[in-house]
Amino acid sequence: MPRRNDIHKILIVGSGPIVIGQACEFDYSGTQACKALRADGYEVVLINSNPATIMTDPNLADRTYVEPLSVAYAEEVIRKERPDALLSTVGGQTGLNLSVALAEAGVLDKYNVELIGAKIDSIKKAEDRLLFKDAMRSIGLETPQSQLCTNVEAGLAFAARIGYPLILRPSFTLGGTGGGIAYNREDLLDILERGLDLSPVHEVLIEESVLGWKEYELEVMRDLADNAIIICSIENFDAMGVHTGDSITIAPAQTLTDREYQMMRDGALACLREIGVDTGGSNVQFAIDPKTGRMVIVEMNPRVSRSSALASKATGFPIAKIAAKLAVGYRLDEIKNDITRKTPACFEPTIDYVVVKIPRWQFEKFPGSEPVLGTQMKSVGEVMSIGRTFKQSLGKAIRSLETGKSSTAEVYDEELIRHRLITPNPERLGYIRFAFEKGYTVEQVHELTWVDPWFLRQIHEVVALDAQLAAKPMESVDKVTMRKAKRDGLSDSRLARMWNSTPLDVRARRKELGVAAVFNRVDTCAAEFESFTPYLYSSYESECEAEPTTRKKVMILGSGPNRIGQGIEFDYCCCHAAYALKEFGVESIMVNCNPETVSTDYDTSDRLYFEPLTLEEVLNIYDTEKPDGVIVQFGGQTPLNLALPLKRAGVPIIGTDPANIDLAEDRKLFGKLLEELGIPSPANGTATSEEEAIAVARSIGFPVLVRPSYVLGGRAMVIAYDEDTVRRYMREAVVFSQTRPVLIDRFLEDATEVDVDCLSDGEDVLISGIMEHIEEAGVHSGDSSCVLPPTSLSVAERTTIESYTVQLAKALQVVGLMNVQYAIKDGKVFVLEVNPRASRTVPYVSKATGIPLPKVAVGLMLGQKLKDLAHLTGGQTSGVLPVPQYFVKSPVFPFAKFPGVDPALGPEMRSTGEVMGVGMNFGEAFAKAQLSAGTPLPDQGCVFLSVNERDKQHAVELGRKFTDLGFTLAATRGTAAVLQAAGLQVKTVFKVNEGRPNAVDLLKAGSLQLVIYTTTGGHSFSDEKAIRRFALTYRVPCITTMSGAKAAAEAMASRRRDPIRVWTLQEIHEKAESAVQ
Amino acid sequence: MDHALLALEDGTVFEGRSFGARQQRFGEVVFNTSLTGYQEVFTDPSYTGQIVTLTNPEIGNYGANNADCESARPYIEGLVVREFAEVASNWRSEESANEFLTRHGIPVIAEVDTRKLVRKLRMGGVLRGVIAAGDVDPQELIDRARRSPSMAGLDLATKVSTGQAYDWNESVAPCSPSERIGAQAGGQYKVIAYDFGIKRNILRRLTHAGCKVTVVPAGTSAEDVMAQKPDGVFLSNGPGDPEPLEFQAAQVRKLIGKVPVFGICLGHQILGLAMGAKTFKLKFGHRGGNHPVLNRRTNKVEITAQNHGFAVDADSLKDSEVELTHINLNDDTVEGLRHRSHPVFCVQYHPEAAPGPHDSHYLFQDFINLMQDSKRS
Repeated sequence: MPRRNDIHKILIVGSGPIVIGQACEFDYSGTQACKALRADGYEVVLINSNPATIMTDPNLADRTYVEPLSVAYAEEVIRKERPDALLSTVGGQTGLNLSVALAEAGVLDKYNVELIGAKIDSIKKAEDRLLFKDAMRSIGLETPQSQLCTNVEAGLAFAARIGYPLILRPSFTLGGTGGGIAYNREDLLDILERGLDLSPVHEVLIEESVLGWKEYELEVMRDLADNAIIICSIENFDAMGVHTGDSITIAPAQTLTDREYQMMRDGALACLREIGVDTGGSNVQFAIDPKTGRMVIVEMNPRVSRSSALASKATGFPIAKIAAKLAVGYRLDEIKNDITRKTPACFEPTIDYVVVKIPRWQFEKFPGSEPVLGTQMKSVGEVMSIGRTFKQSLGKAIRSLETGKSSTAEVYDEELIRHRLITPNPERLGYIRFAFEKGYTVEQVHELTWVDPWFLRQIHEVVALDAQLAAKPMESVDKVTMRKAKRDGLSDSRLARMWNSTPLDVRARRKELGVAAVFNRVDTCAAEFESFTPYLYSSYESECEAEPTTRKKVMILGSGPNRIGQGIEFDYCCCHAAYALKEFGVESIMVNCNPETVSTDYDTSDRLYFEPLTLEEVLNIYDTEKPDGVIVQFGGQTPLNLALPLKRAGVPIIGTDPANIDLAEDRKLFGKLLEELGIPSPANGTATSEEEAIAVARSIGFPVLVRPSYVLGGRAMVIAYDEDTVRRYMREAVVFSQTRPVLIDRFLEDATEVDVDCLSDGEDVLISGIMEHIEEAGVHSGDSSCVLPPTSLSVAERTTIESYTVQLAKALQVVGLMNVQYAIKDGKVFVLEVNPRASRTVPYVSKATGIPLPKVAVGLMLGQKLKDLAHLTGGQTSGVLPVPQYFVKSPVFPFAKFPGVDPALGPEMRSTGEVMGVGMNFGEAFAKAQLSAGTPLPDQGCVFLSVNERDKQHAVELGRKFTDLGFTLAATRGTAAVLQAAGLQVKTVFKVNEGRPNAVDLLKAGSLQLVIYTTTGGHSFSDEKAIRRFALTYRVPCITTMSGAKAAAEAMASRRRDPIRVWTLQEIHEKAESAVQ
Repeated sequence: MDHALLALEDGTVFEGRSFGARQQRFGEVVFNTSLTGYQEVFTDPSYTGQIVTLTNPEIGNYGANNADCESARPYIEGLVVREFAEVASNWRSEESANEFLTRHGIPVIAEVDTRKLVRKLRMGGVLRGVIAAGDVDPQELIDRARRSPSMAGLDLATKVSTGQAYDWNESVAPCSPSERIGAQAGGQYKVIAYDFGIKRNILRRLTHAGCKVTVVPAGTSAEDVMAQKPDGVFLSNGPGDPEPLEFQAAQVRKLIGKVPVFGICLGHQILGLAMGAKTFKLKFGHRGGNHPVLNRRTNKVEITAQNHGFAVDADSLKDSEVELTHINLNDDTVEGLRHRSHPVFCVQYHPEAAPGPHDSHYLFQDFINLMQDSKRS
């Protein structure tokens, strides 16, 4: 059954913005699918609203739509493109849901589009809890006892029958949103009510608890000829009760005998066949009672999933690529295994190493949320590590996390041990080690955590080795012991701490003893066949398989685990660096540890090192590869932190000199530079103590912006309107600043913020984008919507910005990319921040301008000039790149996952992802961006306004716009008075603490369609927070800035005025090109 | 820490840590790529004369239990692993893997760079080797490895075969309350099973499929078999080179056409020899649980469990009465044969699994069907 020739054009649906539970693993799967299908001669049309993805790059699909993933826009794409088929299984839950919605709306039938990958019936059978249970029962697989509830009464009745605890899962929500564990009636009512609301079909599955059972996942593939294989088995470290996405996981499964594993394999294959997934990958989750061996099936995903990405990276088997090929008719045995080249893809990978995945959480960004793990996923990213043993792999995974905390220096509280072990939380792994240090036994820890004793025993052995090593001086350690330490995953820095030495001295000592890292290959077959792909991981074995070439080569340091402020945008840059190097004839070497990314696909770069981004590991690779250059400016803060130490170790960093990157981060040096250049910046100072901070704040005047140095994403950044806030901050922020001082800046209120990206070769500077923020300065740039081209800047302001940017790039001798943030207040331009590196906005600007910024930057880093690369920049080597239409980038927030957190925007970045809206005018682009971000603006109804004193003057204009658009108005007393005075009809509503019915009551009653609630200053009051929280819960868009409200008004006008229309990036850029010529 | 060595005939010496019995043993060093089922590997008599390297680096994690034994004791000469867990974790575990192997006198060398060893075997072919614990002169071990007998030409099957015939009654039992085995068919087919080193799960699967099995020694004549009026004859797996088994091939030749015959692994090779084929030694064999085999009759792929160092030569079957029914998709070697006119078929791989995937259980039903057809006609 070879390739289908009856279909020619295939529509791929992407997964939209990065959110918790759906991250860049779907960029990975979508990108693989695009590449695989195009390589097979199909015309690929893509729709995805996320501009930061590799898949939406204009050269990956034939026709790329960065448009909202809604039925209306997808239908318009289908109407325009008339694809023969729609591939539904590589775009995560979003892609699957949109495919189902298109089918149910009759769109697929109307345009005669065939659903490939998974059919509607299969999707429904897998996703609908009841259908799924029935199906499983019919093939003899047990599921936990459960009942689907559509109201609270049914839930209480079920609880009375089964008893507590109970697991609650709302139907059709992302990453288990709204789910939870109910230990009692009160929990049940709380979670059930929320779950019913969050579920788009108002259903919640209540299930018998299998808490504490062992949890497993199998990755399965099947072709149209019913050949089915298991790609990978995964065992969870955390027992049932913690969402898989929040669990530490291990591949392959470690504690099952063959009999038990084969029982699970049989179950997974039977499940796949019964659900009827006829082509592609799926994942099936099981739980096993550790006492009796009773096995239940927990769920299955009839599509490529987060675990598929992990399994692909863990085994070297490209699940999404193969899934795409199977969807167009190939059989598994007709596809070759890329790695061995000789054997077919129809086999089950076997591995001779152990893979560990650890999630990355960021509860610290959501004050008010409890750092506790349960059935709802909270992690924002993950790392994967490969080691020859579990111990080695675990050690590597922990260092890959870059938590900034060293395992032994961390302050653990002995009093908290029991609590931290019993209740799953982000610190639990650390507490397990701590408990062993304090004399707990494996049995005790097992009873408290339910973690399998085998895993605990391994950790216990490492803790014991630690103690052994710490007892003797470094000089007395022999080769055997040193090798043992490295083989068990202990880092040089950990050894240095116990020996009162430095990591580099430990490194020197162990190399003297002959203990050096070697590299082994990931080959899908445990060395049974020769491997042709240099996909490598380090170990302390005796034979190195790296086989470095003698070509000219450059190493790219990736960005590590996704986290808020450092996500897919940087992976986009790193991938492009690899593609660009290939085109420039230079070998590319990628180093990264994030399994979700395209950069860790073995065919993105020439050579892939799946390694932690630490000095130790990067130097190991450097010693083996001896690259001609290393790129540090594409991976965000992670590689930048390594730049200077690497340079000191003699590693050639290409592009902007790390010393200059450092200069831009150094307040004092940078301040001096600005002074010399005559570029204004807000008054500022630094402080290392509470008293110093107060003194600085007083001297520059309130409000002030306080933040630690060297962080990304506005971590721990606050705007202080008074001394108390500064004092409180200084006491709480010390953890983050350590030896680095705290930075204090004068905060410019109501200023317009502008982000600028540019390319520079040290002589010429080409400004690639001037992005105007929608929200005023003070909202973190990553959390603000922005627009290209700017809509409200004066010619003088633009000229000043251009001139400052050129001066800064030259002064810092930037070679490659630079990003500058400006604030404009009363016509005066201030520099807020300069980052001589790739910024978060690079992919967005690349897509808006059609110019591949990272590619040009790589050329510059390789020593070419902008003049040499003019063919890539539309002939331009200076000035500002033109933007052919309006492009709005909007952030997407995870507030729904963090109950109790105030969703007001501020200087600390909290968005996890972004979307882009494209339009002929600003309003249209903004309206599309809001729709894509999941906060569609209303077309009718009531707009609620409550604005602070400063904003009242603008409220009238705004109120009039809404009235003109046919909306009614409601407002709190003060705002209502202003509006009424201007002759507008407005209903006065109580604040929450004023009486009832108040704004929250109206929200609950569905009487408000848009909330505009601006903050009153330094800290938010409970009333404001309550309204914003309820707006979020009831999915009513809530805008917290005046400028955001104005943009919304324009967008709502566009929704009235402009038709539903879509453009491909390719046609936008072609049009722009021909306009230039 | 107890020191151990693995010395190979090519002069390579691997150092490691000693577990299991502190004994010196020689054997052909081979590798198995299964991720699960080490205990079944230890106790598979086909590993007689072999030191087994497991590519899965973490071994011993789930301990050992009596139910998962494929024979009465371990047959491997020695075990080479990367990590060996001393403490087991599994609800079915009865003792640790270390206790199990120590009890049965099998030496283990752990903390070996098994990947390097496997790469060596893959590139250069299998090698003879010696495992030893304690302080031993490596050169002596190398010499001993060089003096040890080669597997080619070695008859090991008759050595591990049962001394006396016996009846087998045990069927497949679930390993968990959730395992669905399916109903056992009534024991209506009398099957004589030649024991060349037979695995228990073959006997359990035959019983489950509806056979009443009598196991007979490797030296049983065709006449003695036919005197028992069997409905079918089964030829088991086993260790060593098939070519020296001329007596067995001769008996099988006499059985073909008289009674349905089903062979697995060594039994397949003997059937091949009996039908006029030749066998040859593979460079490093097939040992693992992930080999894709195409059933040419159904055009479907089975993921199979394999354990063999010799194979039937496809070229030697040209223009014969034999149909090549299964081929290995990794290297195109012969995986299954069927006589075009007589009720005779065999597979090189292990449909009984243990360890390995269950994709090929259907072959036991095929055997039943063959006996049923043959009974009718």
